[in-house]
Amino acid sequence: MEVPILKQGDYLIASIQSALTDADLSQLREALVERVGRFRSRGVIVDVTALDVMDSFAVRTLRDIAHMARLRGAETVIVGIQPEVAFAMVQLGLTLKGIATALDLEEGLNFLNRRGKERVDRA
Amino acid sequence: MTAKEANPSQPGGKSRTEDTAALLRELVAHLRQNRTQLREEWARRITQAKLLTAMTEEEVFAEATSVYDNYVEALETGTFEALQAYSRNLSERIIPRGVETHEVVGIVLLLRDTMARSLFGKYHEDFEKLNRILDAYEPAANRIANTVAVGFVQERERIIRQQQEAIRELSTPVLQVRERLLILPIIGVIDPQRARQLTEQLLRAIRANRAKVVVIDITGVAAMDSNVANHLVQTVEAARLLGATVIVTGLSPEIAQTLVTIGVDLSEMATVGDLQGGIEEAERLLGYKVVPLAEGQPA
Repeated sequence: MEVPILKQGDYLIASIQSALTDADLSQLREALVERVGRFRSRGVIVDVTALDVMDSFAVRTLRDIAHMARLRGAETVIVGIQPEVAFAMVQLGLTLKGIATALDLEEGLNFLNRRGKERVDRA
Repeated sequence: MTAKEANPSQPGGKSRTEDTAALLRELVAHLRQNRTQLREEWARRITQAKLLTAMTEEEVFAEATSVYDNYVEALETGTFEALQAYSRNLSERIIPRGVETHEVVGIVLLLRDTMARSLFGKYHEDFEKLNRILDAYEPAANRIANTVAVGFVQERERIIRQQQEAIRELSTPVLQVRERLLILPIIGVIDPQRARQLTEQLLRAIRANRAKVVVIDITGVAAMDSNVANHLVQTVEAARLLGATVIVTGLSPEIAQTLVTIGVDLSEMATVGDLQGGIEEAERLLGYKVVPLAEGQPA
């Protein structure tokens, strides 16, 4: 199933609705990285609230998305990781080091807004 | 006496069983007859061996009496249900008094020995009969000793399970001290099961309270090994996946030394000396500023 990617101002929001196959994940990665450039986005939010399992491939893809988007000039936040999923991920050693996470979409947007302001302040 | 009729050289299964039963009957009669004397002898040996020191002499004697009677009854009937129930009941009463396993096993073995001694005394002239009596007595006595000891240990294990359950239920509260700030004070021993429960509880609380910062206070944790430290690291990482920052406070000098010595990598973890410092740091992260009221100004 293809993941819908919404453009919201400077940000892209990818809201995962159901369990994804590896192919879907790769497709999501390519689409996001491509659209970051097309829409000149400053931030990417990947909402994984609907996922109740997260395997190593999914975690690696999320990490790749974050790194690739950063290279294209956008900050990525992963939002909505379920408590059980977080616990399982940590047990498996899949900890998304160095990648921003937030509780839900709202928090993720706040985070990106803050980041954006910091960037403006610095400039 | 029936024992005389059965010929020991005849190995027929049925007569052998009857033989044993008859011998046991004789044995029980003897033990009933010498009840007072044997009981006293036994109680004396218990005191001598410094067993059951948690109980007074009268209590020891009273328990000795009922154990003795149950023992003889088990020998007589050859059924152990009553004895099992009794030993469970006994264990229930004496475990809270601090009676140890070796004491219970010790006193039952002493009773076995006391009785055997008395049998030696009674039959020392008829060696062959003594042999047959002991043949009948020993398996039954060993089985009784076994039953009582197992009953005691089972009861103890039941109590331990119950207490573990109780501790688990006491568990650890996750407290909200400010909007979006949680405290998790950990007291006592962290085993893998508790660590898991703690993490689950914390993650659920983070979600429910929409927490941004969590202060984990481990002042009350006496010791830490690499397992516990890893659990802590995992908890911190899991919380971060939910978007919450974790500050760990209250690492004692001993724990700090142990962690450095065993080489646990806590570089990913924010640590602050004490709980107060941790809360101040958390407030700073959340953008709070605590300002004292100017003097003389009404609150």
